[in-house]
Amino acid sequence: MAVYKLNTPISEETVRKLRVNDTVYLSGTIVTVRDAAHRRALRFHKEGKQLPINLQGLAVFHCGPLVKKEDGGWKVVAAGPTTSSRMDLFEDEFIKNFKVRIVVGKGGMGKKTADAMKKYGAVYGAFTGGAGVLAAKAIKQVKDVEWSDLGMPEAMWILEVEDFGPLTVAIDTHGNNLFETIQTKVDEEKQKIYRKLGLQ
Amino acid sequence: MVTGKAVENVAVKLLQLAVTELPQDVKEALRRAYREEENEIGKAQLKTILDNVELAEKTRAPMCQDTGVVIFYVKAGSQVEGLDKVEGALRKATVRATKEVPLRPNAVHPFTQKNTGDNTGRFIPYIHWEIVPGDTLEITVLPKGGGSENVSALGMLSSSQGIKELKKFVVDTVINAGAKPCPPTILGVAVGGGADIAMKLAKATLLKPLNQPNSNPELAKLEQELREAANSTGIGPMGLGGKTTVLDVKVDYAHRHPASYPVAVVVQCWAARRASARIHSDGKVEYLTHKVT
Repeated sequence: MAVYKLNTPISEETVRKLRVNDTVYLSGTIVTVRDAAHRRALRFHKEGKQLPINLQGLAVFHCGPLVKKEDGGWKVVAAGPTTSSRMDLFEDEFIKNFKVRIVVGKGGMGKKTADAMKKYGAVYGAFTGGAGVLAAKAIKQVKDVEWSDLGMPEAMWILEVEDFGPLTVAIDTHGNNLFETIQTKVDEEKQKIYRKLGLQ
Repeated sequence: MVTGKAVENVAVKLLQLAVTELPQDVKEALRRAYREEENEIGKAQLKTILDNVELAEKTRAPMCQDTGVVIFYVKAGSQVEGLDKVEGALRKATVRATKEVPLRPNAVHPFTQKNTGDNTGRFIPYIHWEIVPGDTLEITVLPKGGGSENVSALGMLSSSQGIKELKKFVVDTVINAGAKPCPPTILGVAVGGGADIAMKLAKATLLKPLNQPNSNPELAKLEQELREAANSTGIGPMGLGGKTTVLDVKVDYAHRHPASYPVAVVVQCWAARRASARIHSDGKVEYLTHKVT
């Protein structure tokens, strides 16, 4: 259970060192991407169009932040993670095409994503759901906002962060998936619980 | 006589209080969970949650970026004059709070996907009305986050199996939800009535304080049994493992049709935000869930 402080862009070699249960603090550029932005980014890729930012080596954050305008710029008020499993639909393609190295979110992701992480070199970092103010504290600056026509939660916010975390590595490049391990244990407990409640 | 302006001001304050500061009973439940959690990663999650709650309160910032869909529960005294102005005032308050607190704009048209930008829309904010004797107006706001709402479930169960089916349905709902609703959660469970009635009652149980056992001993026993069952799943804080999967379970019921056994489970994330105030006939405002100085 090592602790890493990483700066973006992150190399594939570095990300392959990380193991499930490690803790990561991120500095550098992190980009919020939710359902709609995933969909648009993949459509852009298919049509051969450039994304507004090169995501290679960066971290993407499943987050729809709460931001406000202040002194002519944007300030992030709260920015906790959203449920990542919604992005399971597109994340494998996203990792393959854009070479992001860290996917930050909550609740874990499924096999399709975990397989892509293993193959192309990326990890999943779980950030505590709802801890929106702590996350905002680590965001030093809103560098840019792209695709703001998608609305505040769905736009692509390009953020400069410092020691953003703690992120618990929950999917690594070695085929480990912490959420899946827990789910297996939970399924085993289920029968015991049924018996205790007199259901069998 | 209540004026629209007074209701609007109180509702803006309630929204601000709700999203920035958890009620005392929820904070206490989270602290107790942190003390008692044995799983290392689970405990670390609870620590982060408590740090976040403290920082939000101190800086008066919304604790979570998902400030929810705004739902109001209004208990209107039958003698209160000016009740026709309440709905408009609550809508105005929602628009104002979205700018002033701020709240994240969370009202999206389901067909065009367009976000209205101010948290109002068709039927949103939703207002539950109850007419009660008296001359006071009690307003509660429940900003309900999407992650936990998404795993809420309705089961039209077999009436021949009864309570056993209910218990299984609740356990299955918790297990299927896993990490998604930001555990430790609070479960609002209701049985009977009909599909809509069960759902409505289940959500309304989330307004009850966590530190008070159900006054009906049979329901209190069922709540405890369900709480223990949920907490022995091992899902834990944020689904990263541990013995705190729920902070509490609240159960309510309505009489049912002989053929129906509707069971509703509404899941509330750890950020169990609610705030209430009572407006008296002389205009005095009494805040019921938060200290206001």
